Amino acid sequence: MTHLSRRGLLLAAGASILAANTLAIADERAPAAKVTPLPAKSIYQFPVSLTDQSGKTFQLAERRGAPMIVSMFYTSCQYVCPMLIESIQATEQKLSPTERARLKVTLVSFDPEHDTVQVLRKTADSRSFDSARWALARTDATSVRKLAALLGIQYRAIGNGDFNHSTALILLDADGQIVGKTSELGSADAEFVKALRRTLSSS
Amino acid sequence: MKHKVLGAVLLSCAHLAWPATYVDVPGGTFPSALGNDASAGQAAVQPYRMRATPVTRSEFGAFVASHPQWQRKNAPRVFVDSDYLADQTLGDDRPGSRGDQPVTHVSWFAAEAFCEAEAGRLPTWLEWEFAAAADATRPDARGDAAWRAQILGWYSRPASQALPAVGARANYYGISDLHGVVWEWVDDFNALLVNADSRSAGDPDKLKFCGAGAIDLQQRDNYAILMRVALLSSLKGTDSTSSLGFRCVRPTTIGTTP
Repeated sequence: MTHLSRRGLLLAAGASILAANTLAIADERAPAAKVTPLPAKSIYQFPVSLTDQSGKTFQLAERRGAPMIVSMFYTSCQYVCPMLIESIQATEQKLSPTERARLKVTLVSFDPEHDTVQVLRKTADSRSFDSARWALARTDATSVRKLAALLGIQYRAIGNGDFNHSTALILLDADGQIVGKTSELGSADAEFVKALRRTLSSS
Repeated sequence: MKHKVLGAVLLSCAHLAWPATYVDVPGGTFPSALGNDASAGQAAVQPYRMRATPVTRSEFGAFVASHPQWQRKNAPRVFVDSDYLADQTLGDDRPGSRGDQPVTHVSWFAAEAFCEAEAGRLPTWLEWEFAAAADATRPDARGDAAWRAQILGWYSRPASQALPAVGARANYYGISDLHGVVWEWVDDFNALLVNADSRSAGDPDKLKFCGAGAIDLQQRDNYAILMRVALLSSLKGTDSTSSLGFRCVRPTTIGTTP
């Protein structure tokens, strides 16, 4: 059992409303068509503008069409955040080059005040990832809170430039629905890789 | 006058279909129930204005009438769960109707959207906690065991009992119903990273948190506040329940020229 689900169980004991939501995630697929409205559970319905490490601004919904791993981080984090990037890279290594080429990765900063485009670029340059598929992105503080709520990620500024935050890799299908989640860090989560493969082959 | 109202303002903006009363809260430094921050338990709160009452069913009804994307049948399931606005007859202003009761069955996303439509936002936890520390005569009555017991007594009201109308029990600032009626959403509900089990020191859960780890709760005798933190920390943004409502805040006007 992953750390996430163990904690999830503890919290669910206090709020039974959680369970029904979690189970319903995969049930509402829109019928396939050329231009379909977004499915009811697509996070691409959230109108948010992001700016990546190259200064390019895009709508999150523009990511529609390919599966994506999304997570949240901040660049001055010394401990968990480098592991987060390494975990995604380890996960990608489990894919074939063809599969990998279709996967997008977007990491959004908790800390728009300090994580400017310049800072994001510096971080991107110091890591060896494919910047054609990977984005380190920032948005305004209000949108950070909403995006975190959509992804089920908790975070809290603790006053000295640091943040406490929960860590999760979230897998979105091509329509922006959450179809996988892991909080395993440091290596590839086998279940998550399985979900990733399944999503890549069905979209 | 029983309590001191710091500049109550009745705002009836032309673009709003409902009026809302906001009162000034001066802010300041106070001991928060949330510990473990760099500030060593002392939290600083900037001045703000807070809605004197929770948002009512009739006010939320006016909102969904002018924002149809937030009607029960339209709101996407990524923002609301299946209980959203369940059991609601919104916008019923007739005498004896439930229009003056606090709206419940509202997700965090819907609450934020309402507040934005009212030129406000949800309060942060600290803003809520600061205002809720007051009783009718004191800005911070939390040290008073009798006051804490009174709050706890309110929470023992059966959930099946109908909610009262908003606007009773105004506190020191002229803000009503912070205790005793409904739970309330806060803007940063997903910032309350409470350690689910304080005995778990050293367990692998610590990897879930970056930085200094989970919040240590202070003021362990203030059960009512700790219950609220525990509830809020367990919620997802889409959750809606029959006992969870909200109110909004706006920026202060103190020290600004109109």
